[in-house]
Amino acid sequence: MSGVASASGARNAWLTGAAWRALFRDRPMIPLLFLLAILVVVSELARPGIVGPEWIGVILRAAVLLAILAGCQTLTMLTGGIDLSVGAVGSMAGFVVASFAAGAGWPTGVVVALIAAAIAGFVTGIGVGVFRVHPLIMTLGMSFVILGLANVWQLQSVVTSTGVPREFRSLGSQAYAEVVPFSLVVFVPVAALILVGLKRTGYGRLLYAIGDNPIAARLSGARSWQILVVLYVISALLAAIAGFLYSGYTNVASVTLVDSAVLPSVAAAVIGGTSILGGRGGYGGTIVGALILTVVSSLLSSLGYPEAVRQVLFGAIIVAVAAAYTRVTGET
Amino acid sequence: MSAVSGTIDTERARPADALAASARRNAWNLALLGFLAILLVFTKLIQPSYGVPGVQGLAISVLPLALAAVAQAIVVLSGGIDLSIGSMMALVNVVAATQMQGRSEEFGVAVVLGVLLLGLALGAVNGTLIVLTRVPDIIVTLAMSFVWAGCALLVLPTPGGGSAKWLPELVSGSLGNEWIPKAAVGLIVVVALIWIPVRRSWLGLSLYAIGSNRLAAFRSGVSVGRTRILSYTLMGLFAALAGVSLTASTGIGTPVPGPYTLLSVAAVVLGGVSLAGGRGSVFGPILAVIILQLIRTDMTFLDINTNFATVLQGLILIGVVMIGSLVQIRASRA
Repeated sequence: MSGVASASGARNAWLTGAAWRALFRDRPMIPLLFLLAILVVVSELARPGIVGPEWIGVILRAAVLLAILAGCQTLTMLTGGIDLSVGAVGSMAGFVVASFAAGAGWPTGVVVALIAAAIAGFVTGIGVGVFRVHPLIMTLGMSFVILGLANVWQLQSVVTSTGVPREFRSLGSQAYAEVVPFSLVVFVPVAALILVGLKRTGYGRLLYAIGDNPIAARLSGARSWQILVVLYVISALLAAIAGFLYSGYTNVASVTLVDSAVLPSVAAAVIGGTSILGGRGGYGGTIVGALILTVVSSLLSSLGYPEAVRQVLFGAIIVAVAAAYTRVTGET
Repeated sequence: MSAVSGTIDTERARPADALAASARRNAWNLALLGFLAILLVFTKLIQPSYGVPGVQGLAISVLPLALAAVAQAIVVLSGGIDLSIGSMMALVNVVAATQMQGRSEEFGVAVVLGVLLLGLALGAVNGTLIVLTRVPDIIVTLAMSFVWAGCALLVLPTPGGGSAKWLPELVSGSLGNEWIPKAAVGLIVVVALIWIPVRRSWLGLSLYAIGSNRLAAFRSGVSVGRTRILSYTLMGLFAALAGVSLTASTGIGTPVPGPYTLLSVAAVVLGGVSLAGGRGSVFGPILAVIILQLIRTDMTFLDINTNFATVLQGLILIGVVMIGSLVQIRASRA
């Protein structure tokens, strides 16, 4: 805790000028990249020689998974929502593909999984957009439904062998020349689509609009329910894609595989500067947030700290970063 | 406005109307109670052997979640939410189990009192961080759920520890009549001893006030920050009780948080507490927890795949909230 306290003390001294504050508010990427650089340097100092091409490959492979899931959180948080069903949807998607791999083949599995995810996202979107159910509750309820159905499916398909397809394994866990992960083939287009979509398309601006001021958005003619239905379908599809990569990364097909990544995905989006209240943030920061979390956790495990310390530090980082954002943006 | 003041006037005039008004206010709880009664009859019909052991098992199995739901209800009533209840329970559970292992029975009493104080402190930390940093409660408690779960793992890396003998005996078996399980009595006593005095004091009024309209409460002289911290502190106490009940029912400590956080949110919503705050009571969530568990039991009796129970749990949660918000949308249009 003393480390956190001294860090926040240093931040206060650093941010005395209004210019610094404005920088932090308007361009959160700069301090975030700075933090990332510090963490990389600390990693190198802690274990001299560890930072190299292979280390980068390992970090990227883990960060890509988190970044895609954090994309779901970023998009939904921009509208003032949250998506807690990404764990259930992702696990379900990975499991469905594995259960199809031996029989009908994995491409069929991918199609089935994506359709199932889209249906789940559609139902969530209807609940949030039309029935105005709080996104936290709606996605929580959907995750129960999806987990239950996935479990039923698990019992149905127990006869077929449930191995993760070889293609997924190489996509999720291998890398070109042991450095450039193959999962970037999936991640780069996805990230580009989200970044361009948020910055350059009308739909992206509408997400910011209904998150920033729903009433103003409605009076300006935005049909928020349609936007939200599409949003939660997109979020579920992203979660499914992340689920495919997770099953390949871990070579495990389980209906609870991605569950443990749900809270870190929210954390990555928060660290990246996206406000849970809606209307502020972006995907660029989220990607850096995912990288920061991955580097921290790899640093701690390389130092031999147990999982427990990592969790405590994760929590402390989230509170400290969120408090810093709240301070500079003046949001409450 | 005139309609509202009209009903208040008649309420004062005729006791029968006052009774009707009270029934209206507690309509959701009465409906839950009615549904629970129907469910119990249904259980007896499909499983004629369902009797004393069934009721006792039900009481013990709902105890941790019921206490967690009360904890969640207290913060939700005051307009907040806490996503770290499950982790707090795990931390309290392992601290209790490690401290009581191999110690005397009397020392166990001190441990239980100690971990209840620990719970108060954990809750106070959550509340203070929320008030001081002004970060949304959802984010702070999400982050703290990592911290408390990490602390639990530091205290006890793998399941283990032990419990004083009197603790499991406190919740198993029955009291007086064999139909009255000790766990149910314990739940009622704890809630009655802690929550009812709070509810009737200025603190209870302030909790509901900041939950229903924070600005109005502030302008009426309620110290909003202090009340929020107190609501989280009280939540911590109930989360600690839930953690101790885990030690009591399992006899050991488990450092990995159970699904209690999310289930407690579900129970609170099903129990008729508005997520916006200020509306509901802690009794509805307790009834909701019992109903959810009984549905699960019934599905086992009916030989339905228990995974459908999870599906049904989710569908009930979504369905109830959807109907609730539909009613609200209609009321605001009318």
